[in-house]
Amino acid sequence: MDNLQSIQYFWPELIIVFTLIITIFVDFLYSDSASYRTGYWSLAGLVISSLVLSIQGIDVVTTLFRDMLAYDPFALFFKVIIAISTIFIILVSLSTNEYKNTRVGEHFILILVMVLGMMLMVSSIDLIMVYLAIETVSISSFILAGYLKSERRSSESSLKYVIYGAFSSGLMLFGLSILFGLTGTTKIFEIREVLINIGGDAQFAIILAGVFILAGFGYKISAVPFHFWTPDVYEGAPTPITAYLSVAPKAAGFALIIRFFHTVFTDTGALTSTSWLSQTALPWPEIMAILAVITMTLGNLVAIQQDNVKRMLAYSSIAHAGYMLMAIPMLSGEGIQAIMLYMLMYLMMNLGAFFVVIVVKNKTGGETFEDFKGFGWKMPVVGVIMSIFMFSLIGLPPTAGFIGKFYLFAAVIKAGPGFYWLAVIGVINSVISLYYYMRVVRMMFLEGSKQEQTTLPGTLLTVLLICLAVPTLLLGIYWAPVSDWVRNSLMFFTQGL
Amino acid sequence: MLTHILSWLIWLPVVGMVIIVFIPRERVDIVRIVAAVATGLQLWLAIILWTQFDPEVGGFQFMERLKWIPSFNIAYTLGVDGLSLPMVLLTPLLSFLAIFVSWNIKQAEKGYFALFLLLDAGMLGVFVALDFFLFYVFWEVMLLPMYFLIGMWGGPQRIYAAIKFFLFTLFGSVLMLIAILALYFTCGQTFDMITLMDTAPVALDGVLWWGMSAIKVIWILLFIGFAIKVPIFPFHTWLPLAHVEAPTAVSVILAGVLLKMGVYGLLRVNYGMLPEAVWWFVGAIAVLGLINVIWGALCALAQKDLKKLVAYSSINHMGYALLGMAAVVAAGEMNGNNFAAAQAGLSGAVFQMFNHGTISAMLFILVGVIYDRAHHREIGGFGGLAKQMPIFAGITAVAFFAGLGLPGLSGFISEFMCFVGAFPVFKTIVIISTLGILINAAYFLRAYQRVFFGELNEKYTDLPEINSRELFAVVPLAIITIFLGIFPAPFLNMIRTTMTEIIDQVVTLGGTIGLF
Repeated sequence: MDNLQSIQYFWPELIIVFTLIITIFVDFLYSDSASYRTGYWSLAGLVISSLVLSIQGIDVVTTLFRDMLAYDPFALFFKVIIAISTIFIILVSLSTNEYKNTRVGEHFILILVMVLGMMLMVSSIDLIMVYLAIETVSISSFILAGYLKSERRSSESSLKYVIYGAFSSGLMLFGLSILFGLTGTTKIFEIREVLINIGGDAQFAIILAGVFILAGFGYKISAVPFHFWTPDVYEGAPTPITAYLSVAPKAAGFALIIRFFHTVFTDTGALTSTSWLSQTALPWPEIMAILAVITMTLGNLVAIQQDNVKRMLAYSSIAHAGYMLMAIPMLSGEGIQAIMLYMLMYLMMNLGAFFVVIVVKNKTGGETFEDFKGFGWKMPVVGVIMSIFMFSLIGLPPTAGFIGKFYLFAAVIKAGPGFYWLAVIGVINSVISLYYYMRVVRMMFLEGSKQEQTTLPGTLLTVLLICLAVPTLLLGIYWAPVSDWVRNSLMFFTQGL
Repeated sequence: MLTHILSWLIWLPVVGMVIIVFIPRERVDIVRIVAAVATGLQLWLAIILWTQFDPEVGGFQFMERLKWIPSFNIAYTLGVDGLSLPMVLLTPLLSFLAIFVSWNIKQAEKGYFALFLLLDAGMLGVFVALDFFLFYVFWEVMLLPMYFLIGMWGGPQRIYAAIKFFLFTLFGSVLMLIAILALYFTCGQTFDMITLMDTAPVALDGVLWWGMSAIKVIWILLFIGFAIKVPIFPFHTWLPLAHVEAPTAVSVILAGVLLKMGVYGLLRVNYGMLPEAVWWFVGAIAVLGLINVIWGALCALAQKDLKKLVAYSSINHMGYALLGMAAVVAAGEMNGNNFAAAQAGLSGAVFQMFNHGTISAMLFILVGVIYDRAHHREIGGFGGLAKQMPIFAGITAVAFFAGLGLPGLSGFISEFMCFVGAFPVFKTIVIISTLGILINAAYFLRAYQRVFFGELNEKYTDLPEINSRELFAVVPLAIITIFLGIFPAPFLNMIRTTMTEIIDQVVTLGGTIGLF
């Protein structure tokens, strides 16, 4: 589709761009203490954009801007996830104490830049576009991670993020250029066509390209061994940004991995293929499975030893990336569906857990397990809600996390006995994770004792927490509408061009 | 009401829980009353169910079926048969009595009773769920309240005990989840347990995974899950700790109901759906039963703490049930079609489940009574209490004698049936395991002697007698124990048809294979 025709399918992104420009100028008008009002502007733009997203038809599947972007229900699903999480993050940024002495106008503007980048990420089908989108997201998140300039940890996390980010995107760029060199095109569908017929000579180059690209994508979803930035950045960044990084870029990264690997590195194309890149001799499914296993196992084992809850949640988010990666090697529709469903469930429980950390930090000024001591008695409502998130992250019924895990394990087991070992390792990891999630619950309720005075956090935070906790419970009991939505969204642009 | 009686049984406690959540936390009296009323109504419904249950009809009764998640073939299916009915009676009974045992819980009463009711609902759900997904959900839902009940209201080591219990049982249940999913995908994409009982043996016949029969793989995964609950040696280490640290009422539920879920699961799922593997594994079940009997008894013999003694005796008692379960192969061709022995063994196992439920509940309540007064449980720290608390001594005598299997009390009948059933096939094992009875007698009698006879410890000269609330909790159990010890026929009639069905399933689907 040419550029002019494409615009009609590009409104959500365009609205974000307009809002971006408006907020930059609006921000000039506010004094430091009033700059939080920029948040309202960006929120308004985001809400309008989401409304447009929600009325966009899911029956159209096409490419935009001369085959740069795909427009399909798959991308739409992830755009919705990104929009929802951003709305939550903007709202929570308005109610955290961390930004008290900082001008926050740019904060919201940068978040909007990230949204734009992620929306492009989930729909890009061209190597150049892939790289541009990833860099748009990365650069704004570097700045956001170091937003608290006066805090040493925040600056340190930003620097670490930049170094690892630059390195891995360099690797990825190298991989992408090898692909381009092999095939002479940047369009991923054409790349596949060429790769299928390329013969065994190029084996080494393909493997190299695959590994390098995996490094770039793996960095975005913080898969082991590309995860080293995660704990430090998550611990040092302002908590709303940590929550955001743990959900939205991860969702976008998974969308990209699914689209890219299912298109480029499979034999007959996305959703129809059953084997990975058979012209290379490497056992790709096993490699991906092992990646999943080390990701979740390392995440869980290291999370046990943490004393800082934010850092613990960082490692737990690595573990969750591992669970989701489990469904990648199967190359099945069920696998993708499971990842999408899990992403949605994960969005609620993980954002919720980080929001409770914000509540605790607002109250006590710290974020270690010690600060959670007796918290369930001081703020019973928050304690109960946090427990729900923890149970959901463990994957206990009847919570959304269980349903997500259930679909993941079902997808693995459906692939046949060859992958049962993967499912067994996955469930054992869930048991390991029980230990450190329950440590939070233990600190909140089992330590400390009854208080005469109980309090609630601010109204906005309470409402946000309830908005996340209620679906976490409800979707654990009845999730048919969501799984239907996911199934209907499981269609992506697969034809050659 | 009767058409949805099982749903009512499950959801009544949940309704009670919701009501409790909205009661202001100063009004502890109302909280207790609501909890008692909810479980009382539940018990009443269970009794109605029992009177309406037709023991002559095979299969499941009071079925309820509702579509839940059609895309995954998940349904809300409930039903009872002769295997689950005893447990459906036992659960509300013990919950109701345990509410009275927990009357003097001090801290955060509201949370305690709300969690207790949730636990009650989860347990009942496990026994009546006939959809595997639903079964799993109830199985897991029950873990959370248990964790908090042990961890918040337990003894000095409560936090460690609670997390150990949680880790052990979750480990077992996630393996079960894999087995459930494997069954789902290999046997026609259904979670319906009744359908699976028909399709699983056929669909899995001859399927090999890594050179091992698929049936055996799934069987072992499920077995580990259930064995941790029973608990079967070597998965038993969570039990003494959890029992000792838990508050009295929770120990009652743990021993009385939770352990039964393991045996129930083995009989319902492993025996019902994968009968061929029973033949292959039955020798191991018998040996594990023997180990449970001897190990549990020897450990109990070594205890100084009265509650630990009772906890280890639970391991011993579940060993008899395992022996009875192993007897099912007696009905096979190579064992001479000894159908009577199989029937005796299997009925004995189910009867033993029920009896252990009532007897161990009694024992734990009585230990709780003495602990509330003396604030310790050292067997050697008492003496001569028979003079001080004669009624208490009398009731305890009934409980102890039931525990050691004295004829005339219900425990004797079920243990005897387990032995009789298993004897034709596992002669040596049965002969060795009778030693367990002897050791049982030794430690129960010794404990009784030390606590109740001899010189009265002068510290306890003003120890008050067991009060009427505590008597109210114990006496019904004592009556049931004595009644079923003299006249077990009503119970055995109630379960007979279902036991025959299970034996048929095991024998016809597995009996021709010479695995054993």
